[in-house]
Amino acid sequence: MTLFILCFLLFLVGIHGVLTRRNLIKVVISLTVMEFSIFLMLALIGYISGAEAPILGSEMVSGAPVVDPLPQAMVLTAIVIALATNAMLLTIAIRLYKKYGTFDIRRINELKG
Amino acid sequence: MEVMLSIIICFMIIAAIVAIHARDLLSAIIAQGFVGYGLVICFLILKAPDLAIVQIVVETITLIIMVAVVLDSSRLELNVSFDRRKGGTTAVTFIFIIVLLVYFNRAISGLSKFGEHTLRMSEAYVTDAASQTGSLNLVTGILWDFRGYDTLGEATVLFTAAIGVLTILRLTGKK
Amino acid sequence: MQGMSVIVKKIAQLMSGLIFVYGVYIITHGHLTPGGGFAGGALVAGAFILLILANGSEYIKLKRQEEGSSVVESTAVLLVLVLATTGLVAGSLVFFNNFLPTGIPGRLISAGVIPLYNIFIGMEVAAALITIFLALVIYKEEISK
Repeated sequence: MTLFILCFLLFLVGIHGVLTRRNLIKVVISLTVMEFSIFLMLALIGYISGAEAPILGSEMVSGAPVVDPLPQAMVLTAIVIALATNAMLLTIAIRLYKKYGTFDIRRINELKG
Repeated sequence: MEVMLSIIICFMIIAAIVAIHARDLLSAIIAQGFVGYGLVICFLILKAPDLAIVQIVVETITLIIMVAVVLDSSRLELNVSFDRRKGGTTAVTFIFIIVLLVYFNRAISGLSKFGEHTLRMSEAYVTDAASQTGSLNLVTGILWDFRGYDTLGEATVLFTAAIGVLTILRLTGKK
Repeated sequence: MQGMSVIVKKIAQLMSGLIFVYGVYIITHGHLTPGGGFAGGALVAGAFILLILANGSEYIKLKRQEEGSSVVESTAVLLVLVLATTGLVAGSLVFFNNFLPTGIPGRLISAGVIPLYNIFIGMEVAAALITIFLALVIYKEEISK
């Protein structure tokens, strides 16, 4: 239970960063932290104490019980999607920097057009 | 086991706070790398080697791209003290956190305790995946057989993101 | 973008080959050991990124490489779709049907079409990451002119 709460705290740190920072790179970093907390949460849910990794031996049966493989499959795709969306956000940030000369979202708001 | 994970997650929280409050963007990015590599260790402890391999490579590439972006532009954090709507932002943040806490409480009450997860839907996957697909790695078997649609959608998102990056970064039009 | 010193260049050339081979191993053994298309593709992309970072941007023709990697990426997605549709046509009417014989589990050639999917998705991930990186490098070159 404490692990779930710690994971939620990590998520809250990310939320705090997204809501209070005014720098675009800091916002991207906070979004990444939120993504990490969600990956960790899903991996924590699927864990069974005393179980093995979901990779069987060549005799196709597992002696010990196996960790739930379904959340791991979901997280595996989500990690690569996170990388792609992060790259996309960073390219948008760098184009905004070229246009306005700053990462400050307050200034970008004011300089319309 | 649980104590070790708690210590690592505490370090990750501290690193995340450092990353958000750092004065220099380069040190913020390095602190964010600490969070990512801590996540790798957590995955290894949680018996998820597939995720650990993917995360360690993806984190490295993310750091390279972030450092490239920051070194191209400015490294300095802005002066955050000036804000006209500071009171409003704080109030909105508190309301947001309270709503999130309520939903987190409701969500966590339906979960079993850590380490005592019962296989419900994955029971069939664990018993049948190897004999039906012939893949000894159960994660790959699920990814490409039972859950093929999800993976196809993921490939489409990656493709779209690459096209979007090409479109945004093109300065001169192509004849 | 400037290249680095001779020592870094030589070490990067030696290491990137090893990283590439390791990535291919991770992709092709995805149904037996931990890993698969996503991890192996990212590793292959990492090998190329290391080479470009160490040798500078004069080492390769950036524009042509970018076009090539973009073509590879599109082709890989198309091949995944074609394979999935072949499962629809061959055998029972199920999308993503595993229509090849599964073989003996534990061998390298087994598990039906899953290794093929792994290879194609590895190509796609590697090409997409290289495309994103090359686009950033080209942007930096154009902006500094």
